[in-house]
Amino acid sequence: MERKKNRTLWTLFTSMLYISAFTFGGGFVIVTFMKRKFVDELHWLSENEMLDMTALAQSSPGPIAVNAAILVGWKTAGFAGMAAAVLGTVLPPMIILSIVSVFYQLFAENRYVALVLRGMQSGVAAVILDASVSLGLNVLKDRQGVHLAVMLAAFAATFFFRINVVWIILCAAAVGVVMAWVQRKGGVKA
Amino acid sequence: MILFQLFLSFVQIGLFSIGGGYAAIPLIQNQTVEVHRWLTQAQFMDLATIAEMTPGPIAINGATFVGLRVAGIPGAVVATFGCILPSLIIVSLLSWVYRKYRELPLLQSVLSSLRPAVVALIAAAGINMLLQIAFGGREVRSVDQVQWAGLLLFAAAFAVLRRLKWNPILVMAACGAAGLLLGLLGLF
Repeated sequence: MERKKNRTLWTLFTSMLYISAFTFGGGFVIVTFMKRKFVDELHWLSENEMLDMTALAQSSPGPIAVNAAILVGWKTAGFAGMAAAVLGTVLPPMIILSIVSVFYQLFAENRYVALVLRGMQSGVAAVILDASVSLGLNVLKDRQGVHLAVMLAAFAATFFFRINVVWIILCAAAVGVVMAWVQRKGGVKA
Repeated sequence: MILFQLFLSFVQIGLFSIGGGYAAIPLIQNQTVEVHRWLTQAQFMDLATIAEMTPGPIAINGATFVGLRVAGIPGAVVATFGCILPSLIIVSLLSWVYRKYRELPLLQSVLSSLRPAVVALIAAAGINMLLQIAFGGREVRSVDQVQWAGLLLFAAAFAVLRRLKWNPILVMAACGAAGLLLGLLGLF
């Protein structure tokens, strides 16, 4: 039992260390990698739980990656899990940044570094869009008109109108409250 | 004393940056350049560039950079801890609420409406990156300015992820190597 718990903590720590060291770009990038690891590979979380955690991480203060690590850590191994996941998330950027800030001039002007980073941008976009397609198909499969409408509206709001993400999440939550109220009235089926 | 000031500054940055990295940038600038004068504006620009080029959350990168500069390694540790402290408290509470009450019909309904919105946000982030790859930072977008090498690299990466289910970190590494190779051949 004790050994199993230690193994879980170690896997949690190393997974976050690995993900955090290799994910460039904003919070959604790291959340996508976390889904691949914890949902598809380790089966520690369901896809819905990961999406719930993403919404919570996104709408709470602080870095999204750290927030997501806290949520996954608590869920899989309690307080110790939270500590292991956060440590794994925070260590790589601290170490990498310390090294880079010493060699900043060399690093920033290096043509080869720039080429590698530019190539990686294509990879990041592919990883994110691959996950979006899988997740989007699951929303379509549910055949729930309201959910499809929320997805399209949220996309338009962020992509075309550049509305702050926090407002989008609040509006989607409000739709959920209304839906719960409608269902309790026993009226329209969602 | 300076450690305590660093800690307090980054607690504020952690507490008020809602919605990820781009929300943290102006807060870091305010605290480190304007309020405390730990960095010059030029050093802050360096920080923003480094944070963009290296992995990890921008706020953590910022905390490490400023902490190191102001008070060495203890500074980096204190600033980073300050930056994540609000998250540790608030998100842990939310995690408890989520596990305790998520079976409630109301919360079930709220969460099931949030999920499609989150999917849309992730997709929009991906499409924005794709536009960045295809057109660079340019505002005016026309077909003759498309950067085909980056777009082809994207298409190849997307195909191996979807069809062959490659590990995403392997895909990223392969794209980095391909970028270097294409660049050396003068195609990128």
